[in-house]
Amino acid sequence: MTQPTPIALTVNGRTTHLDASPDTPLLYVLRDDLGLNGAKFGCGLGQCGACTVVVDGRPVLSCLTPIAVLAGRSVTTVEGLGSPDDPGPLQRAFVEENAAQCGYCIAGMVMRAHALLARTPSPDDGQIREALRHNLCRCGTHMRILAAVRRAAGHAAAHGTTGPEGTRS
Amino acid sequence: MSVALHVSRRALLGGGLALVVGASLNRAALAQGITPEAIRPGLPGALRHTPRIDAWIRIEPDGGITVMTGKAELGQGIKTALLQVAAEELSIAPQALRLITADTDLTPNEGYTAGSHSMQDSATAIRHAAAGARALLTAAAAQAWSLDPAEVVFADGAVTAPDGRRLGLADLLGRVRLDGEASGTAPLRDPSTHTVVGRPLPRVDIPNKVAGGPAYLQDIRAPNMVHARIVRPARYGARLAALDAAAVEGMRGVLRVHRDGDFLAVLAGREYDAVLAARALERTARWEGGAALPDPERLFETLDGYEAERSVIHETGRDGAAPEGRRITARYRRRYQMHASIGPSCALADFDGTRLTVWSHAQGMFPLRKALAEMLSLPETHVRCIHAEGSGCYGHNGADDAAADAALLAHALPGRPVRVQYTREQEHLWEPYGGAMLMDAGATLGPDGRIADWAYGVRSPTHLTRPGGAGQLLSARLLAKPFPEPEPKAIPQPEGGGDRNAIPLYALPRARVEHAFVREMPLRVSALRGLGAYANVFSIESFMDELAEAAGTDPVAFRLAHLDDRRGRAVIERAAERFGWGGTPAPGHGAGFAFARYKNLAGYAAIAVEVAVERESGRVRMTRAVAAVDVGEVVNPHGVRDQVEGGIIQAMSMSLYEAVSFDTGGVRSRDWSTYPIARFPDVPDSLEVHLIDRPGEPFLGAGETVQGPTPAALANAIRAATGVRLRDLPMRPEHLKAALEA
Amino acid sequence: MALGGAAVALGWHPALPPVAEIPTASPERIRAGETLAHLGYCASCHDAEGGKPHAGGRPIATPFGTIHATNITPDPETGIGRWSLDAFTRAMRQGIDREGRQLYPAFPYTHYTGLTDDDVGALYAYVMSRPPVRASAPENTLPFPLNLRPLMAGWNLLFFREGRFTPDAARDAEWNRGAYLATALSHCGACHSPRNTLGAEVASRAYEGGQADDWWSPALTALNSAAPPWTEASLARYLAGWDPQHGGAAGPMGPVLDAHARVPKGEIRALARYVASLSGAAVPRTPVDRPVPEDDPAMGRGAAIFAGACAACHESGGWAAGGVPYTVASLGQRSSITGPDPRNLIHVLREGIAPPEHASGPIMPAYGDTLTIDQTIALAAYLRARFSTAGPWTSLEETVRRLMPDAPKPSPAGPGSAQAEARP
Repeated sequence: MTQPTPIALTVNGRTTHLDASPDTPLLYVLRDDLGLNGAKFGCGLGQCGACTVVVDGRPVLSCLTPIAVLAGRSVTTVEGLGSPDDPGPLQRAFVEENAAQCGYCIAGMVMRAHALLARTPSPDDGQIREALRHNLCRCGTHMRILAAVRRAAGHAAAHGTTGPEGTRS
Repeated sequence: MSVALHVSRRALLGGGLALVVGASLNRAALAQGITPEAIRPGLPGALRHTPRIDAWIRIEPDGGITVMTGKAELGQGIKTALLQVAAEELSIAPQALRLITADTDLTPNEGYTAGSHSMQDSATAIRHAAAGARALLTAAAAQAWSLDPAEVVFADGAVTAPDGRRLGLADLLGRVRLDGEASGTAPLRDPSTHTVVGRPLPRVDIPNKVAGGPAYLQDIRAPNMVHARIVRPARYGARLAALDAAAVEGMRGVLRVHRDGDFLAVLAGREYDAVLAARALERTARWEGGAALPDPERLFETLDGYEAERSVIHETGRDGAAPEGRRITARYRRRYQMHASIGPSCALADFDGTRLTVWSHAQGMFPLRKALAEMLSLPETHVRCIHAEGSGCYGHNGADDAAADAALLAHALPGRPVRVQYTREQEHLWEPYGGAMLMDAGATLGPDGRIADWAYGVRSPTHLTRPGGAGQLLSARLLAKPFPEPEPKAIPQPEGGGDRNAIPLYALPRARVEHAFVREMPLRVSALRGLGAYANVFSIESFMDELAEAAGTDPVAFRLAHLDDRRGRAVIERAAERFGWGGTPAPGHGAGFAFARYKNLAGYAAIAVEVAVERESGRVRMTRAVAAVDVGEVVNPHGVRDQVEGGIIQAMSMSLYEAVSFDTGGVRSRDWSTYPIARFPDVPDSLEVHLIDRPGEPFLGAGETVQGPTPAALANAIRAATGVRLRDLPMRPEHLKAALEA
Repeated sequence: MALGGAAVALGWHPALPPVAEIPTASPERIRAGETLAHLGYCASCHDAEGGKPHAGGRPIATPFGTIHATNITPDPETGIGRWSLDAFTRAMRQGIDREGRQLYPAFPYTHYTGLTDDDVGALYAYVMSRPPVRASAPENTLPFPLNLRPLMAGWNLLFFREGRFTPDAARDAEWNRGAYLATALSHCGACHSPRNTLGAEVASRAYEGGQADDWWSPALTALNSAAPPWTEASLARYLAGWDPQHGGAAGPMGPVLDAHARVPKGEIRALARYVASLSGAAVPRTPVDRPVPEDDPAMGRGAAIFAGACAACHESGGWAAGGVPYTVASLGQRSSITGPDPRNLIHVLREGIAPPEHASGPIMPAYGDTLTIDQTIALAAYLRARFSTAGPWTSLEETVRRLMPDAPKPSPAGPGSAQAEARP
């Protein structure tokens, strides 16, 4: 356990071989070995969700997922959903709703929402809130995050909760 | 400036009372921290201390334009807003501009990004500097063509003559000097012609943040970088009595254990190795002693008993005798609350033996540089501090301390960049909190149902312990040769610290406002969003409702009856109208209202909320909120809305749930399980923000406008729903339930 | 009378007249009733899921099928708004509703029968003072013939003895108070005593352990194997929410502790006193934490999972020593690992532990999406080997497979599905 061993990890469709001890939490491998910025360190205790990624369609907390459990499973991070220049539909919904203030929680939110929409393509507000309850946002961006998820789910009234944009009076 | 009306120019002498001097704009700037002297006090915004155009706007040899600001992106969208302001005056697409934020080598010194000053100071300076640059470039081209400047067009990075001749900015570089001072009078673009300012330009940083592009300090990976984790004392003031460093030094990947006095850290090549080593180091460390904290059950008695410097910060109409009428008094209380930034603080430092470079997400790079230089006995010119985004900070959190820790370790390991990452517990336990406060309000209602007399007092510790100097950096106080913690200071009016917004904006014929500044800091305290405005506006706006009730008047009408300020009236009327004030809420629901102008000189906000109360448990849920906000000329409506929405939800969370838990042995709120905050099921069903845009008016910041009004509106709504008046922050379910059963 | 007796034996009881108006009770009486309701944790069954207090509807899993708790708000149509005190008393003491139908003993009238008249009256006052909610419980899913309520009469004949609690004259007032609370109100035996095949508590083996909602309930007698052993003091702390030596409650015991947290400390002390007395003299036991065979690959896998998924919290030294809140110093202090039944551990791994809303409380993430069946088995076996000397659980694999039907399955072909996953 304390010795680094060769390990194969599949992240965003690519399989990488690296040397790390099997108990290493996925979060550190994603960030430090694979240079992926999406998943964040927020607590390391499984309380805040900033490290959320998706493994075979399920949301998991990468700060408490040792890489040893990932053999034969594939990990998806925000980087796998699109790029800053070519965002995927869910990411585009977040951009269109301006759904970030400091943005530190957002990658975790996107992955939690991604897992939700894969299972429940048309969630109602209660279902979105329940799914996202595991992810904390301290800046208070909740309304826009909910709007972004609704938008991604194709709801017409995506922007109903904030006032008219850009009006001068 | 209307500010002067509210400032007492009288000094009160005798027995420990302090002298309070009237404030000028200069003091207002200094009040925020270490900013350079106002060498041109007549110039607008930050030009008064940094008047040179090329400090703000630089033309590159290739014709590109770089905009510089001493402010930092904290997630409030300032990067985007500043680009919009510069782009508008330079008649160029924002995407064509490059922006550099707070860097002690490259940008103006604008002190701290705080107090909602960024728009007032930085955007104003950039606007005028850009206008100045435009005027000079236009004149240079016109001169080259022997034309009148009015005949040429400046747009899209070039000047064009009527006959089509064109000079790009690269061509003009040799003909113009931008190192002169901005006059502050170069013509600004007419707001009616604006194509960029006022538009909801998408934030420039969000695409990276949703797709894993590099965005945060935490994403910086320097070559040869080492990972550090520190170990903090067991409680405030504890000393390191014993340590088995050897056992930890032998662990996988550990480079060294660093100890200097009570400052303890471990460095490793791989991050997880540092994590494991730090856990082991913490287990072997034995700490002794430490300060006892007050009994939390007696927190307010203890606060009341501390010595305080009293000053009268506002006094009017006191020549005559006290008027007759119905006297009403109330005491309000606020417990310690924390920033609880979602990303624990992080910093990167690199020392090459002579020069130290530090990347930090602290709010002030120049003050940080000064403090780090002092801590390491380096000349300031050998220290460079560069701002990189962290998670939202909402004031003075652990960022400066993390920078100090990285600097100490880099200094001990020249040639290798050192990255310090705080744990969740370290951020929760050691960040400076928003201080506990006591507020006493009293008023006399005259026979006409209006306020005839007003007395208000606020008792508070400091709201400012930012560096400063090395003594404000936590680890500097732990070193074998420690830097002493300086005496805390009050921030003078009109900005104020604990007394921020203690003076109501209402027109009151007779009033007296006192500030009792407490030096004791049993818990570490500093600036938390809104500073004293959070508790003062909570108190004043709750009290206004108590008075309105006593007078038998509708709370909104009562406020309007006492408010002359035109813009204040406008936000109140807009919020009330859009909310549908005056309706009958459903059973178990109630509506509440509140208003404030932040610092009585910044943004205006009025908010109406509806709550649903579950009497069984005392649980309150904010179901609906409508805010109206006036921040002068709106540069980016998205940015303003974000700050207001976010401020409402964060203030709701603080006001309904949050208090730092502690006992005499130490602070107990060490993670999210012991400091719960709002989660998705708690946020309202609808939240509307209405902006009253005032093109041509000075920019006013939005970040803190609703921090104070939100808890007051909630308290007023709870009263309406249940008949219970809660006067303590946070307004937890247990308190409401106990009050309902009493 | 003989005819009446025969009628009762056949499960027939008269309907009691409905009342038009509920008598108002004083605030003191209602408060007294509220405390009793917390002690009896009525809410844990009768609160609607995610909704209104006492409105019913919550499914209660029994070995015989699912029963839904009823609406006990004073709603006249769907609740007990027309019940007189007599009707309420009959339900509490005999398990008969106002219309005369038998109630299933999932409703513990077998315990509430011990309550004093005064306490029943206070409970009535409290229950009737709650806001009425219009809501009907879903149909129960009991197979024939169990869904025939009159058959309960036979069950009652065999297993139910109506009657007030009688104090033990040889014991002092506090002990008797604890005995009364435990027997008649907190109905500890309902979960902590074994039941026979017909679902009745086995009186001769009272408090020797049982189950609830497919969680295992430990024995409260000397059969309890916790390390360190329970004492009156640690029981009192636990019942108030958390004990540094044993931790807090997960599963069905959670709502019991939440309710007991609102009860006067004297009542908790009495309960702790009584429960402690069930064990007799404490046998000293120290928590086990022993090295695990390193050459065993399965143990190695379990150890690696523990180190990466659990140690951040569970090797922090415990809350009392300044570690992660709501953890104990060693997992050897948790009965979910040292007890004879692995169900509780598997439940907790799968579902995590959620904190109370907006209040301080444990946050343990759910691992049900993180760990496969084999990984869960490896982790559980490692925990058992390291923190207990009682030997491996024989039912471990079967329990994991049964409780985790939706566990993730690694694809044997490797990451072939990754592309489909990448863009929704």
